[in-house]
Amino acid sequence: MYEEDMDGPEVVKRFCYINRKAPYGTVYAHEMLETVLIAAAFEQDVSVVFADDGVFQLKKNQDTKDIGMKNFSPTFRALEGYDVEKIYVEKESMNERGLTEDDLVIDVEVLDSTQLADLIDAQDVVISA
Amino acid sequence: MLHTVNKSPLERNTLASCIRLAKPGSAILLIEDGVYAALADAKSAELVKSAMKNFNFFVLEPDLRARGMTDKPLVDGINSVDYGGFVELSIEHDAVQSWM
Repeated sequence: MYEEDMDGPEVVKRFCYINRKAPYGTVYAHEMLETVLIAAAFEQDVSVVFADDGVFQLKKNQDTKDIGMKNFSPTFRALEGYDVEKIYVEKESMNERGLTEDDLVIDVEVLDSTQLADLIDAQDVVISA
Repeated sequence: MLHTVNKSPLERNTLASCIRLAKPGSAILLIEDGVYAALADAKSAELVKSAMKNFNFFVLEPDLRARGMTDKPLVDGINSVDYGGFVELSIEHDAVQSWM
C-alpha cells in the first residue's frame, strides 16, 4: 500500500520565501537559502522574494575573506539549476537602499509592493525571515 | 568615548539611539550590519549627515567589503578603517560602548 502511495500523484504547493535580512550579521539569510534549495529538491513551486534588507543578500562583489565567513552569494546563481526561476525583488526596498538591478548577482523580476502583495496572496505557504 | 554600532539603520533604531545618547565629540564606528549606514544613496544617509557635525564617523572596511559595498558611494566625511584602525580607535578613547 505504501508503495502505491509513493507512486501516486505528487502534491505540489506554492511556496514563497521572503528574505528580509541582510547577509552575515545574522544567520537567517544563509538558513533561508538552504530551505529554498530543500523545497526545490522536492519539486515544489518555489518563489523567492527579496525585500527590506534582504535585497542586500544579492549585492554583487561580496568578498568575505577578511571576516572569516563563507560568501554564499554565488549560490544564488545556482538556483536556476534547481528550477528556481521565480525570483522577485521589491522595488521600494531597492530604491531606499540606493541599489539598482545592475548591482545584483542574478537577474530578477522587480515588483512594486502592490504587485508583491498579489504574489504573496496567491501562495499556499509563505515563509519569511 | 568610542561607540560601535553593529545593526542596519534600515532595520533597527540602534544608530538613531546612539546618535541621540552619545555625547557630542564622540567617535562612532560602524561595524557588521552597521556599515550599511555609510551608504550615501540609502535613505538612512540623512540621519548620518545630520549627525556629522557632532561626531567623527568611521566604518570598518572588511565588513563593508564582505557585503559588496566598496563600489557604492559613502557619505562624505566617513573614514574607512581596517582592523588595525579599530584597535587604534579603541586605544585612543578611554572607553568603548557597544550599541547592539
